[in-house]
Amino acid sequence: MDLKLKIWRQASPTDKGQFVDYDVLDISPDTSFLEMIDILNDKLVEKGDDPVAFDHDCREGICGMCSMFINGHPHGPEAATTTCQLHMRKFKDGETIVIEPWRAKPFPVIKDLIVDRSAFDLIIQEAGYISVSTGGTPDANAVPIKRENAELAMDAAACIGCGACVAACKNASAMLFVSAKVSQFALLPQGKVEAKKRVKEMVAKMDELGFGNCTNTYACEAECPKEISITNIARMNRQFIGAKLG
Amino acid sequence: MSNKPYYSSVTKKIIMSLMGLFLVTFLVVHLTLNSFLLFSNNLFNAGAHFMGTNAFIQVFQWVLFAGFAIHIFYGIVLQIQNWMSRPKGYKKRASMEQSAFSRYMIYTGLLIFIFLIIHLGNFFFVKMGWAGNGIPLTSNGEENMAQLVRSLFQHGGYVTFYVIMFLLMGFHLDHAFQSAFQTLGLNHKTYWGFIKGLSRVYAIVVTLGFVIIPLFVYFKIV
Repeated sequence: MDLKLKIWRQASPTDKGQFVDYDVLDISPDTSFLEMIDILNDKLVEKGDDPVAFDHDCREGICGMCSMFINGHPHGPEAATTTCQLHMRKFKDGETIVIEPWRAKPFPVIKDLIVDRSAFDLIIQEAGYISVSTGGTPDANAVPIKRENAELAMDAAACIGCGACVAACKNASAMLFVSAKVSQFALLPQGKVEAKKRVKEMVAKMDELGFGNCTNTYACEAECPKEISITNIARMNRQFIGAKLG
Repeated sequence: MSNKPYYSSVTKKIIMSLMGLFLVTFLVVHLTLNSFLLFSNNLFNAGAHFMGTNAFIQVFQWVLFAGFAIHIFYGIVLQIQNWMSRPKGYKKRASMEQSAFSRYMIYTGLLIFIFLIIHLGNFFFVKMGWAGNGIPLTSNGEENMAQLVRSLFQHGGYVTFYVIMFLLMGFHLDHAFQSAFQTLGLNHKTYWGFIKGLSRVYAIVVTLGFVIIPLFVYFKIV
Protein backbone atom coordinates (compact mmCIF):
# COMPACT_ATOMS: atom_id res chain seq x y z
CA MET A 1 0.00 0.00 0.00
CA ASP A 2 1.05 3.59 -0.70
CA LEU A 3 0.69 6.27 1.97
CA LYS A 4 1.19 10.00 2.37
CA LEU A 5 2.63 11.02 5.72
CA LYS A 6 2.53 14.46 7.33
CA ILE A 7 5.14 14.25 10.07
CA TRP A 8 6.07 16.91 12.64
CA ARG A 9 9.78 17.66 12.23
CA GLN A 10 11.55 19.70 14.92
CA ALA A 11 15.33 19.67 15.05
CA SER A 12 15.65 20.65 18.72
CA PRO A 13 13.57 21.76 21.72
CA THR A 14 14.02 25.40 20.70
CA ASP A 15 13.39 24.88 16.97
CA LYS A 16 10.05 26.19 15.69
CA GLY A 17 9.24 22.94 13.90
CA GLN A 18 6.95 22.22 10.96
CA PHE A 19 5.04 19.45 9.20
CA VAL A 20 6.90 17.74 6.37
CA ASP A 21 5.20 15.57 3.72
CA TYR A 22 6.59 12.15 2.82
CA ASP A 23 5.41 9.45 0.44
CA VAL A 24 5.98 5.85 1.46
CA LEU A 25 5.35 3.31 -1.28
CA ASP A 26 4.72 -0.41 -1.47
CA ILE A 27 4.18 -0.98 2.25
CA SER A 28 2.85 -4.39 3.29
CA PRO A 29 -0.42 -4.23 5.28
CA ASP A 30 1.24 -6.55 7.80
CA THR A 31 3.96 -3.99 8.54
CA SER A 32 3.73 -2.46 11.99
CA PHE A 33 3.43 1.30 12.21
CA LEU A 34 6.94 1.67 13.64
CA GLU A 35 8.36 -0.63 10.94
CA MET A 36 6.74 1.64 8.37
CA ILE A 37 8.59 4.60 9.95
CA ASP A 38 11.76 2.46 9.95
CA ILE A 39 11.34 1.94 6.18
CA LEU A 40 10.87 5.69 5.69
CA ASN A 41 13.95 6.38 7.82
CA ASP A 42 16.06 3.92 5.76
CA LYS A 43 15.11 5.87 2.65
CA LEU A 44 15.91 9.21 4.37
CA VAL A 45 19.30 7.93 5.52
CA GLU A 46 20.07 6.63 2.01
CA LYS A 47 19.39 10.12 0.68
CA GLY A 48 21.57 11.65 3.41
CA ASP A 49 18.58 13.25 5.19
CA ASP A 50 18.00 13.30 8.93
CA PRO A 51 15.78 10.33 9.91
CA VAL A 52 12.56 10.95 11.86
CA ALA A 53 13.30 10.69 15.58
CA PHE A 54 10.74 8.69 17.56
CA ASP A 55 10.59 6.84 20.87
CA HIS A 56 10.37 3.05 20.98
CA ASP A 57 11.81 0.21 23.00
CA CYS A 58 10.15 -3.19 23.51
CA ARG A 59 7.81 -3.07 20.49
CA GLU A 60 5.65 -5.55 22.41
CA GLY A 61 3.17 -3.03 23.83
CA ILE A 62 4.40 -3.22 27.41
CA CYS A 63 7.15 -0.65 27.91
CA GLY A 64 5.26 2.60 27.32
CA MET A 65 7.97 4.22 25.21
CA CYS A 66 6.20 4.69 21.89
CA SER A 67 4.23 7.89 21.80
CA MET A 68 2.89 9.12 18.46
CA PHE A 69 -0.32 11.08 17.97
CA ILE A 70 -1.64 9.47 14.78
CA ASN A 71 -4.58 10.86 12.82
CA GLY A 72 -5.99 12.59 15.86
CA HIS A 73 -5.51 9.78 18.39
CA PRO A 74 -2.65 8.93 20.76
CA HIS A 75 -1.24 5.59 19.57
CA GLY A 76 -3.47 5.81 16.50
CA PRO A 77 -7.10 4.96 15.82
CA GLU A 78 -7.17 1.36 17.15
CA ALA A 79 -8.50 1.00 20.71
CA ALA A 80 -6.40 -0.53 23.50
CA THR A 81 -3.29 -0.64 21.30
CA THR A 82 0.11 1.01 21.56
CA THR A 83 1.70 2.52 18.46
CA CYS A 84 4.14 -0.41 18.22
CA GLN A 85 1.25 -2.88 18.08
CA LEU A 86 -0.61 -0.89 15.43
CA HIS A 87 -0.44 -2.33 11.92
CA MET A 88 -0.81 -0.72 8.52
CA ARG A 89 -3.84 -2.89 7.70
CA LYS A 90 -5.78 -0.47 9.91
CA PHE A 91 -5.22 2.25 7.27
CA LYS A 92 -6.47 2.61 3.72
CA ASP A 93 -4.29 2.51 0.63
CA GLY A 94 -3.52 6.08 -0.43
CA GLU A 95 -4.48 7.51 2.97
CA THR A 96 -2.84 10.63 4.37
CA ILE A 97 -1.62 10.03 7.93
CA VAL A 98 -0.86 12.96 10.23
CA ILE A 99 1.79 12.09 12.84
CA GLU A 100 2.46 14.48 15.73
CA PRO A 101 4.22 14.35 19.09
CA TRP A 102 2.28 14.37 22.39
CA ARG A 103 1.28 17.99 23.04
CA ALA A 104 1.37 19.17 26.67
CA LYS A 105 3.27 21.86 28.51
CA PRO A 106 4.92 19.33 30.89
CA PHE A 107 5.94 17.14 27.88
CA PRO A 108 8.27 19.40 25.85
CA VAL A 109 9.38 18.18 22.44
CA ILE A 110 13.01 17.02 22.42
CA LYS A 111 13.19 16.21 18.71
CA ASP A 112 10.59 15.43 16.03
CA LEU A 113 8.16 12.96 17.67
CA ILE A 114 10.12 12.48 20.91
CA VAL A 115 8.82 14.29 23.98
CA ASP A 116 10.35 14.48 27.44
CA ARG A 117 8.06 12.54 29.79
CA SER A 118 10.30 12.99 32.84
CA ALA A 119 7.36 14.79 34.48
CA PHE A 120 5.79 11.37 35.12
CA ASP A 121 9.01 10.18 36.78
CA LEU A 122 9.02 13.28 38.99
CA ILE A 123 5.46 12.49 40.15
CA ILE A 124 6.49 8.91 40.98
CA GLN A 125 9.63 10.16 42.76
CA GLU A 126 7.48 12.48 44.86
CA ALA A 127 5.46 9.73 46.55
CA GLY A 128 4.63 6.91 44.13
CA TYR A 129 6.28 4.20 46.19
CA ILE A 130 6.06 2.35 49.49
CA SER A 131 8.70 2.55 52.18
CA VAL A 132 9.57 -0.96 53.32
CA SER A 133 11.91 -2.33 55.93
CA THR A 134 13.97 -4.80 53.98
CA GLY A 135 14.53 -8.23 55.43
CA GLY A 136 13.70 -11.79 54.62
CA THR A 137 11.19 -12.50 51.85
CA PRO A 138 7.74 -12.73 53.46
CA ASP A 139 5.61 -15.81 52.93
CA ALA A 140 3.31 -15.40 49.92
CA ASN A 141 0.17 -15.73 52.03
CA ALA A 142 1.37 -13.86 55.12
CA VAL A 143 -0.57 -10.72 54.17
CA PRO A 144 -4.18 -11.54 53.29
CA ILE A 145 -5.56 -9.49 50.37
CA LYS A 146 -9.11 -9.60 49.06
CA ARG A 147 -9.26 -11.17 45.62
CA GLU A 148 -11.23 -8.20 44.23
CA ASN A 149 -8.67 -5.70 45.52
CA ALA A 150 -5.80 -7.74 44.14
CA GLU A 151 -7.47 -7.68 40.71
CA LEU A 152 -8.20 -3.93 40.86
CA ALA A 153 -4.65 -3.17 42.00
CA MET A 154 -3.29 -5.27 39.14
CA ASP A 155 -5.58 -3.49 36.65
CA ALA A 156 -4.27 -0.12 37.88
CA ALA A 157 -0.69 -1.37 37.78
CA ALA A 158 -1.17 -2.22 34.09
CA CYS A 159 -0.53 1.49 33.39
CA ILE A 160 2.68 1.70 31.36
CA GLY A 161 3.09 5.45 31.89
CA CYS A 162 3.12 6.21 28.16
CA GLY A 163 1.29 9.54 28.57
CA ALA A 164 -1.53 8.81 26.11
CA CYS A 165 -4.02 10.00 28.74
CA VAL A 166 -2.32 13.41 28.87
CA ALA A 167 -2.06 13.52 25.08
CA ALA A 168 -5.74 12.67 24.62
CA CYS A 169 -7.15 14.96 27.31
CA LYS A 170 -8.27 18.34 26.01
CA ASN A 171 -6.82 19.78 29.22
CA ALA A 172 -3.57 17.77 29.15
CA SER A 173 -4.52 16.39 32.55
CA ALA A 174 -2.48 13.58 34.11
CA MET A 175 -5.24 12.42 36.44
CA LEU A 176 -5.60 8.94 34.90
CA PHE A 177 -1.88 8.22 35.22
CA VAL A 178 -1.59 9.60 38.76
CA SER A 179 -4.79 7.90 39.90
CA ALA A 180 -3.61 4.53 38.52
CA LYS A 181 -0.37 4.87 40.47
CA VAL A 182 -2.21 5.98 43.62
CA SER A 183 -4.73 3.15 43.25
CA GLN A 184 -2.23 0.31 42.78
CA PHE A 185 -0.88 1.09 46.25
CA ALA A 186 -4.09 2.27 47.92
CA LEU A 187 -5.82 -1.04 47.26
CA LEU A 188 -3.12 -3.10 48.94
CA PRO A 189 -2.27 -3.29 52.67
CA GLN A 190 1.39 -2.48 52.00
CA GLY A 191 0.36 0.87 50.48
CA LYS A 192 -2.11 1.91 53.14
CA VAL A 193 0.51 3.16 55.63
CA GLU A 194 1.54 6.09 53.45
CA ALA A 195 -1.75 6.45 51.54
CA LYS A 196 -2.71 9.93 52.81
CA LYS A 197 0.72 11.42 52.32
CA ARG A 198 1.04 9.78 48.90
CA VAL A 199 -2.15 11.11 47.36
CA LYS A 200 -1.60 14.67 48.59
CA GLU A 201 2.02 14.83 47.45
CA MET A 202 1.43 13.24 44.04
CA VAL A 203 -1.48 15.59 43.29
CA ALA A 204 0.58 18.60 44.42
CA LYS A 205 3.47 17.55 42.16
CA MET A 206 1.12 16.97 39.23
CA ASP A 207 -0.24 20.51 39.65
CA GLU A 208 3.21 22.03 40.08
CA LEU A 209 4.43 20.47 36.82
CA GLY A 210 1.67 22.24 34.88
CA PHE A 211 -0.69 19.41 33.92
CA GLY A 212 -4.27 20.56 33.37
CA ASN A 213 -7.31 19.90 35.53
CA CYS A 214 -9.56 16.91 34.92
CA THR A 215 -12.98 17.87 33.55
CA ASN A 216 -14.30 14.31 33.39
CA THR A 217 -14.45 14.09 29.59
CA TYR A 218 -13.27 10.46 29.92
CA ALA A 219 -11.19 10.74 26.73
CA CYS A 220 -8.25 9.31 28.71
CA GLU A 221 -10.04 6.04 29.44
CA ALA A 222 -11.17 5.71 25.82
CA GLU A 223 -7.65 6.24 24.48
CA CYS A 224 -5.58 4.40 27.10
CA PRO A 225 -3.78 1.47 25.46
CA LYS A 226 -4.07 -0.44 28.74
CA GLU A 227 -7.74 0.47 29.30
CA ILE A 228 -7.11 2.03 32.72
CA SER A 229 -10.52 2.86 34.20
CA ILE A 230 -11.69 6.30 35.28
CA THR A 231 -12.91 4.63 38.48
CA ASN A 232 -9.25 5.03 39.52
CA ILE A 233 -9.70 8.82 39.28
CA ALA A 234 -12.80 8.57 41.49
CA ARG A 235 -10.82 6.42 43.94
CA MET A 236 -8.00 8.99 44.01
CA ASN A 237 -10.53 11.78 44.62
CA ARG A 238 -12.02 9.76 47.51
CA GLN A 239 -8.54 9.19 48.90
CA PHE A 240 -7.73 12.87 48.51
CA ILE A 241 -10.89 13.97 50.34
CA GLY A 242 -10.16 11.46 53.11
CA ALA A 243 -6.56 12.65 53.40
CA LYS A 244 -7.58 16.31 53.56
CA LEU A 245 -10.26 15.66 56.17
CA GLY A 246 -7.66 13.96 58.32
CA MET B 1 3.47 31.87 35.73
CA SER B 2 4.00 29.58 38.67
CA ASN B 3 1.58 26.73 38.54
CA LYS B 4 1.80 26.15 42.30
CA PRO B 5 -1.82 26.70 43.23
CA TYR B 6 -3.24 27.89 46.52
CA TYR B 7 -5.76 25.08 46.31
CA SER B 8 -4.82 21.88 44.52
CA SER B 9 -6.57 21.01 41.25
CA VAL B 10 -8.59 18.31 43.01
CA THR B 11 -9.69 20.68 45.81
CA LYS B 12 -10.82 23.28 43.28
CA LYS B 13 -12.78 20.64 41.40
CA ILE B 14 -14.41 19.38 44.60
CA ILE B 15 -15.51 22.95 45.40
CA MET B 16 -16.83 23.29 41.82
CA SER B 17 -18.78 20.05 42.07
CA LEU B 18 -20.29 20.82 45.50
CA MET B 19 -21.41 24.27 44.31
CA GLY B 20 -22.70 22.68 41.11
CA LEU B 21 -24.82 20.14 43.01
CA PHE B 22 -26.12 23.00 45.18
CA LEU B 23 -27.19 24.84 42.01
CA VAL B 24 -28.70 21.63 40.63
CA THR B 25 -30.89 21.46 43.74
CA PHE B 26 -31.78 25.13 43.41
CA LEU B 27 -32.98 24.60 39.82
CA VAL B 28 -35.47 21.98 41.02
CA VAL B 29 -36.90 24.47 43.56
CA HIS B 30 -37.00 27.24 40.92
CA LEU B 31 -38.72 24.98 38.38
CA THR B 32 -41.29 23.87 40.94
CA LEU B 33 -42.22 27.50 41.62
CA ASN B 34 -42.27 28.36 37.90
CA SER B 35 -44.55 25.42 37.21
CA PHE B 36 -47.21 27.03 39.46
CA LEU B 37 -47.86 29.40 36.52
CA LEU B 38 -49.20 26.43 34.55
CA PHE B 39 -51.93 26.00 37.17
CA SER B 40 -52.96 29.52 38.22
CA ASN B 41 -51.69 33.07 38.49
CA ASN B 42 -52.74 33.20 42.14
CA LEU B 43 -50.72 30.10 43.02
CA PHE B 44 -47.68 31.52 41.20
CA ASN B 45 -48.07 34.86 42.98
CA ALA B 46 -48.41 33.11 46.34
CA GLY B 47 -45.19 31.21 45.63
CA ALA B 48 -43.40 34.40 44.58
CA HIS B 49 -44.72 36.18 47.67
CA PHE B 50 -43.41 33.40 49.90
CA MET B 51 -39.98 33.49 48.24
CA GLY B 52 -39.93 37.28 48.46
CA THR B 53 -40.87 37.54 52.12
CA ASN B 54 -39.77 34.37 53.93
CA ALA B 55 -36.89 35.30 56.24
CA PHE B 56 -34.97 32.07 55.60
CA ILE B 57 -35.21 32.51 51.82
CA GLN B 58 -34.14 36.16 52.11
CA VAL B 59 -30.92 35.13 53.84
CA PHE B 60 -30.45 31.99 51.76
CA GLN B 61 -30.65 33.85 48.45
CA TRP B 62 -27.30 35.45 49.26
CA VAL B 63 -25.86 31.99 49.93
CA LEU B 64 -27.20 31.06 46.51
CA PHE B 65 -25.52 34.08 44.88
CA ALA B 66 -22.28 33.09 46.62
CA GLY B 67 -22.72 29.56 45.24
CA PHE B 68 -23.04 30.93 41.71
CA ALA B 69 -20.04 33.23 42.20
CA ILE B 70 -17.78 30.45 43.51
CA HIS B 71 -18.86 28.01 40.79
CA ILE B 72 -18.24 30.60 38.06
CA PHE B 73 -14.95 31.81 39.58
CA TYR B 74 -13.41 28.34 39.85
CA GLY B 75 -14.84 27.34 36.48
CA ILE B 76 -12.93 30.21 34.85
CA VAL B 77 -9.74 29.63 36.89
CA LEU B 78 -9.68 25.90 36.01
CA GLN B 79 -10.36 26.64 32.34
CA ILE B 80 -7.53 29.18 32.08
CA GLN B 81 -5.13 26.68 33.65
CA ASN B 82 -6.37 24.04 31.20
CA TRP B 83 -5.73 26.28 28.21
CA MET B 84 -2.24 27.00 29.55
CA SER B 85 -1.43 23.31 29.94
CA ARG B 86 -1.28 22.83 26.17
CA PRO B 87 0.39 25.88 24.61
CA LYS B 88 0.60 24.22 21.18
CA GLY B 89 -2.38 22.23 19.96
CA TYR B 90 -2.66 19.36 17.50
CA LYS B 91 -3.02 19.73 13.74
CA LYS B 92 -5.50 16.88 13.71
CA ARG B 93 -7.38 15.91 16.85
CA ALA B 94 -10.29 13.47 16.89
CA SER B 95 -13.30 13.98 19.11
CA MET B 96 -12.35 11.64 21.93
CA GLU B 97 -14.55 12.94 24.74
CA GLN B 98 -16.98 10.33 26.01
CA SER B 99 -19.24 12.85 27.73
CA ALA B 100 -20.40 14.79 24.66
CA PHE B 101 -21.06 18.19 26.22
CA SER B 102 -17.93 18.14 28.39
CA ARG B 103 -16.10 19.87 25.52
CA TYR B 104 -18.23 23.00 25.74
CA MET B 105 -18.71 23.55 29.50
CA ILE B 106 -16.91 26.90 29.61
CA TYR B 107 -18.89 28.19 26.61
CA THR B 108 -22.31 26.95 27.76
CA GLY B 109 -21.37 28.18 31.25
CA LEU B 110 -20.52 31.70 30.04
CA LEU B 111 -23.74 31.90 27.99
CA ILE B 112 -25.75 30.76 31.03
CA PHE B 113 -23.97 33.49 33.02
CA ILE B 114 -25.06 36.13 30.47
CA PHE B 115 -28.60 34.73 30.64
CA LEU B 116 -28.45 34.87 34.44
CA ILE B 117 -27.61 38.60 34.36
CA ILE B 118 -30.46 39.32 31.92
CA HIS B 119 -32.78 37.09 33.95
CA LEU B 120 -31.92 38.94 37.17
CA GLY B 121 -32.48 42.24 35.30
CA ASN B 122 -35.93 41.10 34.23
CA PHE B 123 -37.13 39.86 37.60
CA PHE B 124 -34.88 40.15 40.65
CA PHE B 125 -33.66 43.71 39.94
CA VAL B 126 -37.26 44.79 39.25
CA LYS B 127 -38.35 43.17 42.50
CA MET B 128 -35.57 44.97 44.38
CA GLY B 129 -36.50 48.27 42.71
CA TRP B 130 -33.10 48.55 41.01
CA ALA B 131 -34.48 48.40 37.47
CA GLY B 132 -37.72 48.63 35.48
CA ASN B 133 -40.97 50.25 36.50
CA GLY B 134 -41.76 48.02 39.45
CA ILE B 135 -43.92 44.94 39.66
CA PRO B 136 -47.54 45.36 38.47
CA LEU B 137 -50.18 45.02 41.18
CA THR B 138 -53.30 42.84 41.37
CA SER B 139 -56.74 44.34 42.05
CA ASN B 140 -56.05 43.59 45.74
CA GLY B 141 -52.90 45.70 45.63
CA GLU B 142 -50.55 42.72 45.87
CA GLU B 143 -47.52 42.17 43.66
CA ASN B 144 -48.53 40.42 40.45
CA MET B 145 -45.36 38.54 39.42
CA ALA B 146 -47.48 36.33 37.16
CA GLN B 147 -48.44 39.34 35.04
CA LEU B 148 -44.80 40.48 34.84
CA VAL B 149 -43.75 37.01 33.65
CA ARG B 150 -46.65 36.68 31.21
CA SER B 151 -45.97 40.11 29.70
CA LEU B 152 -42.36 39.10 28.99
CA PHE B 153 -43.43 35.77 27.50
CA GLN B 154 -45.65 37.62 24.98
CA HIS B 155 -42.53 38.57 23.01
CA GLY B 156 -41.55 35.88 20.49
CA GLY B 157 -37.93 37.06 20.47
CA TYR B 158 -37.65 36.81 24.25
CA VAL B 159 -39.27 33.36 24.31
CA THR B 160 -36.87 32.17 21.58
CA PHE B 161 -33.89 33.52 23.52
CA TYR B 162 -35.18 31.93 26.74
CA VAL B 163 -35.71 28.53 25.09
CA ILE B 164 -32.26 28.53 23.45
CA MET B 165 -30.61 29.45 26.73
CA PHE B 166 -32.34 26.60 28.54
CA LEU B 167 -31.32 24.13 25.84
CA LEU B 168 -27.71 25.25 26.46
CA MET B 169 -28.35 24.85 30.18
CA GLY B 170 -29.59 21.31 29.48
CA PHE B 171 -26.32 20.50 27.66
CA HIS B 172 -24.37 21.94 30.60
CA LEU B 173 -26.38 19.91 33.12
CA ASP B 174 -26.14 16.66 31.15
CA HIS B 175 -22.38 16.60 31.73
CA ALA B 176 -22.37 18.47 35.03
CA PHE B 177 -24.58 16.24 37.14
CA GLN B 178 -22.70 12.96 36.66
CA SER B 179 -19.35 14.76 36.51
CA ALA B 180 -19.89 16.10 40.04
CA PHE B 181 -20.31 12.56 41.35
CA GLN B 182 -17.11 11.42 39.60
CA THR B 183 -15.21 14.36 41.11
CA LEU B 184 -16.51 13.55 44.58
CA GLY B 185 -15.26 10.00 44.10
CA LEU B 186 -18.74 8.52 43.87
CA ASN B 187 -18.15 6.25 40.90
CA HIS B 188 -18.56 2.54 41.32
CA LYS B 189 -19.54 0.01 38.68
CA THR B 190 -22.60 -1.03 40.70
CA TYR B 191 -24.29 2.39 40.52
CA TRP B 192 -22.41 4.45 37.90
CA GLY B 193 -24.88 3.51 35.16
CA PHE B 194 -27.70 4.75 37.37
CA ILE B 195 -25.97 8.08 38.04
CA LYS B 196 -25.30 8.66 34.33
CA GLY B 197 -28.91 7.82 33.53
CA LEU B 198 -30.18 10.06 36.33
CA SER B 199 -27.97 12.88 35.01
CA ARG B 200 -29.48 12.58 31.53
CA VAL B 201 -33.04 12.36 32.90
CA TYR B 202 -32.45 15.36 35.19
CA ALA B 203 -31.08 17.44 32.30
CA ILE B 204 -34.01 16.57 30.02
CA VAL B 205 -36.73 17.04 32.67
CA VAL B 206 -35.35 20.36 33.94
CA THR B 207 -34.83 21.72 30.42
CA LEU B 208 -38.28 20.67 29.22
CA GLY B 209 -39.82 21.98 32.43
CA PHE B 210 -38.34 25.44 32.02
CA VAL B 211 -38.96 25.54 28.27
CA ILE B 212 -42.64 24.55 28.17
CA ILE B 213 -43.71 27.38 30.51
CA PRO B 214 -42.83 30.30 28.16
CA LEU B 215 -44.04 28.27 25.15
CA PHE B 216 -47.39 27.52 26.82
CA VAL B 217 -47.80 31.19 27.74
CA TYR B 218 -46.78 32.43 24.27
CA PHE B 219 -49.13 30.05 22.48
CA LYS B 220 -51.86 30.88 25.03
CA ILE B 221 -52.22 27.26 26.23
CA VAL B 222 -52.20 28.52 29.83
